[in-house]
Formats: sequence, C-alpha cells, structure tokens
Amino acid sequence: MADAPLHTTVLHDNHVSLSARMVPFAGYDMPVQYAGVLAEARAVRTAAGIFDVSHMGRFAVDGPDARALLDWVHTADVGEAMPVGRARYGFLCNESGGIIDDAIVYRLGEERFMIVANAANAEKVFAWLERWLAERFPGTTLTDRTAAIAMIALQGPDATSIARQVAGFDSDTVRPFNVVETEVMGAPALIARTGYTGEDGVEIMPASETASTLWRALMNAGAAPCGLGARDALRLEAALLLHGSDMDETVNPIEAGLERFVRLERDFCGADAVRAAAERGTVRVLAGFRTAERGPAPRAHHPILVKGVAVGEVTSGSYSPHLDTNIGLGYLPREASEPGNPISVDVRGRQIPAQIVALPFYKRSR
Amino acid sequence: MSVPEDRRYSKEHEWALTEPDGLVLVGITDFAQHELGDVVYVELPKPGDRVTQHAQMGEVESVKAVSELYSPVSGEVAAVNEDVKNTPELLNESPHEKGWLVRVKPDDPAELDSLLDAAAYAALIE
Repeated sequence: MADAPLHTTVLHDNHVSLSARMVPFAGYDMPVQYAGVLAEARAVRTAAGIFDVSHMGRFAVDGPDARALLDWVHTADVGEAMPVGRARYGFLCNESGGIIDDAIVYRLGEERFMIVANAANAEKVFAWLERWLAERFPGTTLTDRTAAIAMIALQGPDATSIARQVAGFDSDTVRPFNVVETEVMGAPALIARTGYTGEDGVEIMPASETASTLWRALMNAGAAPCGLGARDALRLEAALLLHGSDMDETVNPIEAGLERFVRLERDFCGADAVRAAAERGTVRVLAGFRTAERGPAPRAHHPILVKGVAVGEVTSGSYSPHLDTNIGLGYLPREASEPGNPISVDVRGRQIPAQIVALPFYKRSR
Repeated sequence: MSVPEDRRYSKEHEWALTEPDGLVLVGITDFAQHELGDVVYVELPKPGDRVTQHAQMGEVESVKAVSELYSPVSGEVAAVNEDVKNTPELLNESPHEKGWLVRVKPDDPAELDSLLDAAAYAALIE
C-alpha cells in the first residue's frame, strides 16, 4: 500500500504550478498548503478559499430502487421527506451501528442521486452499496463518477458571490443543503450549498475537463487556493468530525454526539443498535476542549486526564487560529464531559491544563 | 531562500552568529521555517541551561507537526528570545533577525569552525 503509486486529481497540475506542498493523502498526491495554513484559514474566515476535494468518492445511484437503497444504508431520511434538489448529511452504519463513513446524499431527480464519500473510505462505501444492491435493491444502477466529475469546495463569506460571478449560482434559490444541476464553463455541473469549514459556501462538481479552467476562474475572482492543512484546522474549529480520527466503525452516532443526523424512528442498517444506544445512553461521549494558553498542541492519541487519571484520548487536536489557543476533541466518560470541567492533556510527558467547552469552537455570525 | 553570509550553519538547519561580545546568537534558517510552515509554539531552554552542539535544545511546533531544535554550539544559555515564545510567527517572518532563539556563551569559539559556511549550506538545501 505504502509503495503503491499515488493517484492524482484532475487539478494536480494546477497545484504544482502554484508551488503547493504536496503530500500523500488517502492514496492521492494532494496539496497540504500553498501560502501557508494560517493565511489560508484566514482567507476562508474573512473572504473566500477554494479546496480541491476531487479525491473524495462520487457515486451516482440511479433507478427505481435507488431511493430505497440509500434510505436503507444512510441514517438521514432520504426517502419521502427529501425532495429533489436537497442534500442530507448522515452516516452509513454497519449492523452494530458502527460508523462506516459519514456522507452527504444529494437528490438530483426522482430516481437520481449522488453520494459523496470520504476518499479513505470510497472503496469500502462503494462495496457496501454494491452489496445491498445485490441483496435487496436490484433495481439500482451504481456508477463510480469520481474520475469523470471533479469537486471544488468554494468556502467563505464571499463564496456565494464568487459562485454567482463565475458559475451563475443563485444563492437566493439554492439554500444551505440544497443542490442544483446547472452548466459551468459550458459543461454540466452540480453546485451544492455544502462544505466542511463552518462557513457559507458551495461545493461545485464540474465535468473533469472543465475543472482546471474553473479553478483558475475562481482564483481570478478572488478565492485563495487552500490545502488540506487549512481544511483540517477549519473543520476542527467548526467541530465537524473527521472519519478515521473522531469516529470509525467502533463508535456509533450517539457516542459521537451526532444524533441530530439520525432518524431513529426509521428502519436503516444498524438502526436497532443505534436506537438501543440512544435509549440506554452511552458511557462515553465526544467532547471538545481548549487549552488555557498557547503551548504545545494536543494531537491525536495524546491521553486526556481528569484529576491525573487517564480517562480517554484526543482524537483531533490543533492550534486554532480563531481562538488563538489549542483545541481538540476526544471521547470522555459522560460525567467528565460537561462544559467547564477541567481536564489536562498529556502532551509528550507534559500535562497541559485545558477545559471542556461547548461545541462548536467557532460559529459564523449570520 | 535567504542564506546570509555573516554566520555558520548546521545540517540540522540552525544558524550560529558570533556577536562582537563573543556570545553566539542561534536561530533556525529560512529554509527550516519554510519547511515547517506556520510556527505556533516554541519550547526553548532557560537562561543558565547547558546546550550541546548537535544535541536537542528544544522543539518547534507548526500547525501540522512537531520538530526538534538542535543547538549548533556547546555552552551556557545566556539569554532567550522571549518575543518568539509569545509571538512564534516571528520564526516565519524573520528567521534570521527578530526570530532568533537563544544567545549562548560558547565553551569553545573554535567549535563553530566545524559548521557549514553559507555557500556549503546553500548547496545542502539546493
């Protein structure tokens, strides 16, 4: 695996010509930063930034059974309650309620859907969909569109006006968690009012042939190119969880504090286990903390201590440009997870004082 | 990438500049700060601490990673740049000037002869 040649997105040449620092991520050679993580994070919070997220898996799910298939594998209600033109965030759970991936489902037509999966989980998600297609929902066509369609996240307070200027996007009719089929740069494209930064913005899915031109047009309109480093810092400030770090198949959505993305009354794969967790309550729960002052940053797997006793570990941690201190997430016993509770984090042998805080760490003003 | 000719360099990407009073000013190179990215935390020795050439004397943390700091000279720490502790971004903005880290009273000024000169360091980071 480590020696396998890296995939590249259709925007790879753009990144290289911008002198981005490239790193391997989920099997792709991806930009981690251009101008610098803090400058890019600032651009997204104050103006607009663009991220190449073409490494994520994009799967078209079509046909008379498409809706029922997605309704079964996804925790949100993608059935009757989800009209054409809507997007829903939720989870694909295994039979035990463990989170296989978090994914947004987009409804493009009565029998036409798109689901976007994390790059690291794309193969697993595709196989999961294939399995249920074969077992229960044969009237479905599943197509991997990851290579044919690119994906650019345009995020920040100026994002929708740039999208209007460059791609004719109408932010009055396409509200948050809506999606529209349109034309961008003369080719079919989807524009969804979704993102992973805590800012307003859109995710544009253009035909791959036009992605490079679109990227340059968005830059010319004032969007700063942003890498995975800024994306991670921004999503952590907004307390948007990262699958593989903050959640995985060993935790269910209740423990991850994500019950609002689960329709517990519905029948979906893993529903019995998730319902049981919701009814009996969970022993541990995901909580956020901030350190008292700048100092060494808590990172994933550093122990979290209460009164000197290790009770959990950090799942994500970083310096927060917004708060100018360090922040993190971790699973804690429920009684230790109340905002205001003092904790400490063992950062390479040093006990760093911190405090549980309410999530998110950053919420944009509307 | 800036490599001033008035000082010597270690292969660990620190610089050492002998001042008129004989003390040695120490910092990280422009190349190092560029490789690190945005610095958000610096851990330095205290005045009076001993440092040893090519041994760890502290650490520097960027948004994404932690790296060790190595002293390019052996001796006693005479002063520490308090500004970089409060404003770590000085390491990115001014690695050769305002972002200096420590001032060391060297055990043996000749020890610096074992370090690289600007031309050799420039070749190293080529």
